[in-house]
Amino acid sequence: MVAMELASTTPGAVGMTIDVQGVDHRFDLDGAPLPVLEGVDLRVEPGEMVALLGPSGCGKSTLLRLIAGLEPPSRGRILADGTPIRGPEPSRVVVFQDPTLYPWRTVRGNVALGLEAQGLLRTQGHRIDAALALVGLTGFANAYPHQLSGGMAQRAALARALVNDPRLLILDEPLGKLDSLTRLTMQSELVSLWQRAGFTGLLVTHDIEEALFMATRVIVFSPRPARVTADLPIDRPYPRHRGDPVLTELRHHILELLGLAETW
Amino acid sequence: MSVNDAAAVLPAAEGGALPPLRVWLRFTTAASLWFAAAAVTTLWPDLDDWERTGAFASLLAAVGGLLLLAVPLLALLRPGGGRPGTALDRLNDSIPWLVVLAAGLTAWQILTAKLGILPRPFFAPPQALLEVYLDDWPRLLDCLAASLGLLVSGYAIGSAIGIVTGVAIGWSRTVGYWVHPVLRLIGPLPATAWLPIAFFAFPSSWSASVFLIALAAGVPATILTWSGVASVNSAYYDIARTLGASPRFLVLKVAVPAAMPHVFVGLFMGLGSAFAVLVVAEMLGVKSGIGWYLQWAQGWAAYGNMYAALLVMALVCSGLVTLLFRVRDRLLAWQKGMLKW
Ligand SMILES: Nc1ncnc2c1ncn2[C@@H]1O[C@H](COP(=O)(O)OP(=O)(O)O)[C@@H](O)[C@H]1O
Ligand SMILES: [Mg+2]
Repeated sequence: MVAMELASTTPGAVGMTIDVQGVDHRFDLDGAPLPVLEGVDLRVEPGEMVALLGPSGCGKSTLLRLIAGLEPPSRGRILADGTPIRGPEPSRVVVFQDPTLYPWRTVRGNVALGLEAQGLLRTQGHRIDAALALVGLTGFANAYPHQLSGGMAQRAALARALVNDPRLLILDEPLGKLDSLTRLTMQSELVSLWQRAGFTGLLVTHDIEEALFMATRVIVFSPRPARVTADLPIDRPYPRHRGDPVLTELRHHILELLGLAETW
Repeated sequence: MSVNDAAAVLPAAEGGALPPLRVWLRFTTAASLWFAAAAVTTLWPDLDDWERTGAFASLLAAVGGLLLLAVPLLALLRPGGGRPGTALDRLNDSIPWLVVLAAGLTAWQILTAKLGILPRPFFAPPQALLEVYLDDWPRLLDCLAASLGLLVSGYAIGSAIGIVTGVAIGWSRTVGYWVHPVLRLIGPLPATAWLPIAFFAFPSSWSASVFLIALAAGVPATILTWSGVASVNSAYYDIARTLGASPRFLVLKVAVPAAMPHVFVGLFMGLGSAFAVLVVAEMLGVKSGIGWYLQWAQGWAAYGNMYAALLVMALVCSGLVTLLFRVRDRLLAWQKGMLKW
């Protein structure tokens, strides 16, 4: 299985270090510059699971796109294991809020995408079945995306990412569109997956409880343009319990930071 | 399974097969109408002698006989043949059409050959068409082969170039910069407008016609492929890029398959234009093909030949469209259940 292969290496070598140094980013909106990120500094150590929290539209997804290498930052630099990021790479994969599976490919074909693009399909094809088994989609290899439920589609998207043995898994509100029961299940699954595999995780979520349940650290951003306003280590052992009073305390603190304490 | 499917299956599940007596009655009614048509054709003397009146009557009677035998034969060949979707069921579905067809042929027969009410040379009786098929089939077959050769060459070349050009415009700014204005200028022009230049500029009228058909098929293929590539969800590219895709992979494995539904719309439009250009080119330049046959028949006031050729042409065009539908259904099977079509 993919996770086992990953786990067999030492965790330190698997997880990637990410170093965001003084990053500014702006978009061009109808000719006027729209500053989205301002002086963002962030260091993520190997094997960490860091949750990014912030008001909607503040620039979290943009930061993830920069780290994925899909766009260069307007200013500053981002290092992966000490080397500047020049473009996307299969060691850093993204799972978006929408599964965006290719509708013309079966689940297997979608999961095979990374291996196919890198010319590894012939030698590494067995990893597809392992990845499908890992996310519990073994029986659905030949189904088309429109035949899947939302949760299954997101699992398939996860398998498509994991089959590449990523050293950094970037999750942009991956559970945002799922029903609450599926969410809770998949939160636990993601945690155990990450614990077994040892990759570094970056998780954007709008759900504070989800961040506290899953992450080793929570970064809180200001409204746009996003700046880091808090960096909170969540020093609680896994598996965590949703009723943990320490987490409840932290939740209140984060709501305060986001200016929403009175709603609690 | 939808509610409709379930409803369609339920009665069959109860009764095992379609109620045999009613089916038998339907088939017998249709058969008797075909026998009646045959009887009218042979027993009622023609105004003038048409050579193939007897043969035509036999043909009508043969259809009647087949309809009469269909129920026991198909039941023998396939036990339990009453279930939806089997040959008998499909035939049963077309019984109303077969009834109307028999009635129409009888009316046509009476109005032309028997009473001569419709003006003589222009309205040929059905046996005149049969006469053409029985006596002139080698020439018709030659013409058909020539037309198909021309059409398939032009359409294949045009569609292939169109798809490649469309992808290139959608993908490369430079190509778009140069090709887009040209396409805007010549795209709306009917391909037949190029006819005089084409026949002058090309070494043979055949190559000129291939060019015109390719042009007619290529323009919609180009435009629709381009719009298909342009409307691909950009997240598809992001996904592929983070998974290590090369530009080549992005074009061939992402842009092209994602644009396929649009491409097929272009291919259907192109096929229609290609038919139109084919006929015009054959009528005006090429000395063979169904279009030429039509023109030739009209020149000799051989209206029977003209209708016969027209019927062949209709069947071929509709066959080709059906074929393209099949190919699309095959390639775009993944769309089934995603949208209604
Ligand atoms: N490609 C783009 N062009 C222009 N503006 C963009 C683009 N992508 C995002 N933005 C803007 O940047 C801001 C931050 O977006 P995003 O990073 O998606 O926020 P979020 O924190 O909700 O993920 C938003 O105001 C959005 O409108
Ligand atoms: Mg976002």
